[in-house]
Amino acid sequence: MAVESGEPDLQFRDPEKAEQLTDKLEALMDDIDGRVTIMHVCGSHEQAIAKYGLRSLLPDGLTIRMGPGCPVCVTDMPEVDEAVELAEDGKIVATYGDMLRVPGTEKSLDDAKADGADVRVVYSASEAAEIAEEEDREVVFFATGFETTAAPTAAVLTADPPENFSILSAHKYVPPAMEVVAELPDTDVDGFLAAGHAATITGYGLFEEFVEDYEVPTVVGGFEPIDILFGLAQLLEFIRDDEPGLANAYQRCVTEAGNVPAKEAMWDVFETTTGEWRGIAEIPDANLVLREEYKQYDARERFDIDVDTTSSNPLTEECLCGDIMAGKADPDECELFGEECTPQDPVGACMVSSEGPCKIWLEYGGQPDI
Amino acid sequence: MSDEDEVITEAHGAGSGQMRKLIEELAVSRFENGNAETDVPLEALDDGSVHRLANGGESVVVTTDSHVVTPLFFRGGDIGRLAVAGTVNDLAMMGATEPVALTCSLIVESGTPVKTVERVMDSMRETSVEAGAPITTGDTKVMGSGEIDTLAINTTGVGIVPQGRHVPDAGLSPGDKLIVTGTVGDHGISLLSEREGFDFEGDLESDVAPVNDLVAAAMDAGEITAMKDPTRGGLATSLNEMASKSGVGLEIDERSIPVSGAVASAGEVLGIEPLNVANEGKVVMGVEREDAEAVLEAIRTHPKGKDAAIVGEAVDEHAGRVILDTGFGNRYLTEPEGEQLPRIC
Repeated sequence: MAVESGEPDLQFRDPEKAEQLTDKLEALMDDIDGRVTIMHVCGSHEQAIAKYGLRSLLPDGLTIRMGPGCPVCVTDMPEVDEAVELAEDGKIVATYGDMLRVPGTEKSLDDAKADGADVRVVYSASEAAEIAEEEDREVVFFATGFETTAAPTAAVLTADPPENFSILSAHKYVPPAMEVVAELPDTDVDGFLAAGHAATITGYGLFEEFVEDYEVPTVVGGFEPIDILFGLAQLLEFIRDDEPGLANAYQRCVTEAGNVPAKEAMWDVFETTTGEWRGIAEIPDANLVLREEYKQYDARERFDIDVDTTSSNPLTEECLCGDIMAGKADPDECELFGEECTPQDPVGACMVSSEGPCKIWLEYGGQPDI
Repeated sequence: MSDEDEVITEAHGAGSGQMRKLIEELAVSRFENGNAETDVPLEALDDGSVHRLANGGESVVVTTDSHVVTPLFFRGGDIGRLAVAGTVNDLAMMGATEPVALTCSLIVESGTPVKTVERVMDSMRETSVEAGAPITTGDTKVMGSGEIDTLAINTTGVGIVPQGRHVPDAGLSPGDKLIVTGTVGDHGISLLSEREGFDFEGDLESDVAPVNDLVAAAMDAGEITAMKDPTRGGLATSLNEMASKSGVGLEIDERSIPVSGAVASAGEVLGIEPLNVANEGKVVMGVEREDAEAVLEAIRTHPKGKDAAIVGEAVDEHAGRVILDTGFGNRYLTEPEGEQLPRIC
């Protein structure tokens, strides 16, 4: 779009630089002389790829797929059910807007709200704590997201929040999920484009062990079109050289160690546990729960939540969300895509969030055949 | 026939596919579709209907619009200005740039301060003078407290256009150029950010304005083949409707679409595409290729059209679809589904 004022020169949106980088990708693919599949693990990457039509620039043989990179999408149905039950039980449930329409077994939070429950959209954990300051009733923050939102949740809990404030943690931790995807027998990934914003917290050094263990090249990438193309070029260089290397292609934001105070706060407050990632698998050490010292803020301790964790909506059996996020299928391979499953009436969580691969594909119309 | 349990949702009012389906099922299937003198009937789902008069020289254009908005008074305008401009613009989109008369039908909630209604009515008067559109008849209803949110206004407009000179939204042919008359997304992004409590610095305000004079200048300068005002659903919805109704493909250069810096930045923060939200003072028009530069020049010399740009053209291929050249690669530009919610994580 032609921007007239108020925005600095967007050097990361320069089509000329993009052309140089796509020429480089072409040359690297010629050297590699075979098919290459890159997985990224972030809805923001998918969004930039779709929004700028980057797939139409890629050389033949180079495929980019989205992995388990949407925190809203991997939030499990029983976790939504817990939040719905708390809301219907008279608690104020505060959460991110993306979570409102995520289907639970029977209802979404949006449905509960329509039936009279007090569900509020907030932009941050601290905003939820502010609601608790103002209200006498119990306020539960339905805390979702990866490291990027887990660290701010932790910061609120370490700052002595009001007594009527608690959290229902559905926070997830990305690195173990990458391991699971790398191990999946029918996922064929030649390289990972790791999520730059999560790495601002964890640091790129975190991926050293992953690269060593799984021998898959990994590059931490940013979210502007040039960032993504640059990250892909670095990955193709590793693949051409048959080198399972690690690189940081988002140096203006990500360091090796990451944001140390944020990391410390996160690990002071949370510990990892095994948990279900919706549609993908039960993943060891990939869910974040409150440590003993912070249990007084745990909604699961404070309230008696009775949720059936086994039931499932019959349509969700047909939903390919899990396969899509494991990099095994594209959204348009799902029979429900755009038909029974739309952003307005989503079946799977991949259609709910703006970070969800199905919603992104529907919104940006996929890649024209021209 | 509808399901027993089916209810109207806000998505039905968001101005794209779901809304069209509802209108087709509820209204088009029931109402008379005009008669032999009707050039643009209900089923065309255009901005208004067009009927040839017996005098042989002219056609009458009729359009109606109900207006609700939160807040009633917003940066750049208010519900009164919106109610007049919206209907004047719908007439203009059919080619009727000199409105004969407007109606004003008010529904007010009991308990609303008279001062509030006065402010709205003053604004309607000012805008009707600006547009040369006299308000000549009306109606007032008062509803109980809580039965309506403060105030709703319906305006109906009647206009005249020489026979055969009306402009449909389905008139694009391959080769036609597409002109957008100014920056897009201003109204929608400004209102959304105001509702969400964001106070962005800069000149973020609604573009609500009657544009009948601008459209008249454009029509004098060259052959306009199709027009729409990209209100609900934004430019993305209007372009898709024009492409599918005209049976052509559209190729749009995203970088040439005018968007103000403030709207672009706020859109990024909110996670809302400026192309997907309402404009209340802009037009997207198809123009015959050889007239495109002259029409653009005429629009640009008008005070409401200084940012106008040619944004693309109609083509034979991929009929009914809009291809967006992002400056990097190509993708389809699709209609937004449902109401636009700010993105959070």
